[in-house]
Amino acid sequence: MPARASLWNTLTDPLVHQNPVTLQILGICSALAVTTSVATALTMSAALTAVLVMSAGLISLIRNHIPGSIRLIVQIVIVASLVIVIDQILQAYLFEISQKLSVFVSLITTNCLVLGRTESFSRHNPPGRSMVDALGNGLGYSVVLVVIGSVRELFGAGSLLGVQVFQTVDQGGWYTPLNLMLLAPSAFFLLGGLVWAIRTLLPAQAETIDLLSPDKPEDLS
Amino acid sequence: MNDLVSLFLSAAFVENMPLTLFLGLCTFIALSRKTGSAAGLGIAVVAVMGVTVPLNHLIYTALLAPGAWAWAGLPETDLSYLKLIAFIGVIAATVQLLEMVLDRFFPAIYASFGVFLPLLTVQCAILAGSLFMVERSYTLAESTVFGLGAGTGFAVSVIMLGAIRARLAYAHIPEGLRGLGITFILAGMMSLGFSAFAQMVAS
Repeated sequence: MPARASLWNTLTDPLVHQNPVTLQILGICSALAVTTSVATALTMSAALTAVLVMSAGLISLIRNHIPGSIRLIVQIVIVASLVIVIDQILQAYLFEISQKLSVFVSLITTNCLVLGRTESFSRHNPPGRSMVDALGNGLGYSVVLVVIGSVRELFGAGSLLGVQVFQTVDQGGWYTPLNLMLLAPSAFFLLGGLVWAIRTLLPAQAETIDLLSPDKPEDLS
Repeated sequence: MNDLVSLFLSAAFVENMPLTLFLGLCTFIALSRKTGSAAGLGIAVVAVMGVTVPLNHLIYTALLAPGAWAWAGLPETDLSYLKLIAFIGVIAATVQLLEMVLDRFFPAIYASFGVFLPLLTVQCAILAGSLFMVERSYTLAESTVFGLGAGTGFAVSVIMLGAIRARLAYAHIPEGLRGLGITFILAGMMSLGFSAFAQMVAS
């Protein structure tokens, strides 16, 4: 069935081939800031995916009634209300992690990933398809977060999900934690390396050199 | 006066939005291919932040802060949980206004911004500026300076990155690392450099 196949593609394409973080340059801010440990990365991924799916569904439902000139404000208000709900839920049930995430849960509102998907996809597609697309993009984002979070936590603190994997020197073991991993620059280096790895495996994603061509924004598909 | 100068410097360099706080990275990376568009983005961010942070400060103190409705006989009312939606509304309106003005009077600049001008609404740095302003309870003058400083810091770093990338266009970079990959590594190095400014905050 072609319809089903294309739905499946809508779901799986963003995982690697159209990954929102490594290819579309969307949602990078939070991807780097919350990845000092796997637990925060997972919470952030879940929160973002929930907001993304719900806002895609809602905006897609009312897409024919939003006037073009004020669409941004309408979309952002919908997203912001959903974020407030998620923020309250996190504070009620996962208080410690929500303290660690601090301002970044509120900043899901301004995560380019959410508005980027609603602008480029939900505005033109029916709710079901939009939600599948949103789920796929949310999962693609989560994959990147969890990979970077695992590397940073493993080498920065010698643990994974809070469970000690390498015995650090402080605890009488052999592993000296690499503090740089927990600081800002390493997140940039790791994501750069990840992009390099993906594009070496999938050469189709590599960017061609355009020397003197005029400025053009990245492809948002 | 001295306080304001040091606040400006610390907002611009010590707490550089993209490089130390990871805020506003999407546009930081995506629009820094050429120095020209990077400068345009930088100016737009300075303008939007310089307007929205003080504006949000006024709205927050007049309407949302705990006790703001005391004059109406409602001293208990605390609407501060609405700040997110109020701030983003102000920012979205400002950006939409900017978009209309550019579209009408400067179509060339408008075309070169493309999809990223609407995305300025979702510039994390701009919203974060307003949220930090509340968290640190700045006065009106301080929040104006803070908004301009944070915007300037963003503009400086995005123009620097744009200049480096323009030069790198002529370098032989491994195929998979071209474009996005090398940009992240550059940003990492700039972030290492900017971490040296952290020493300034004590003095």
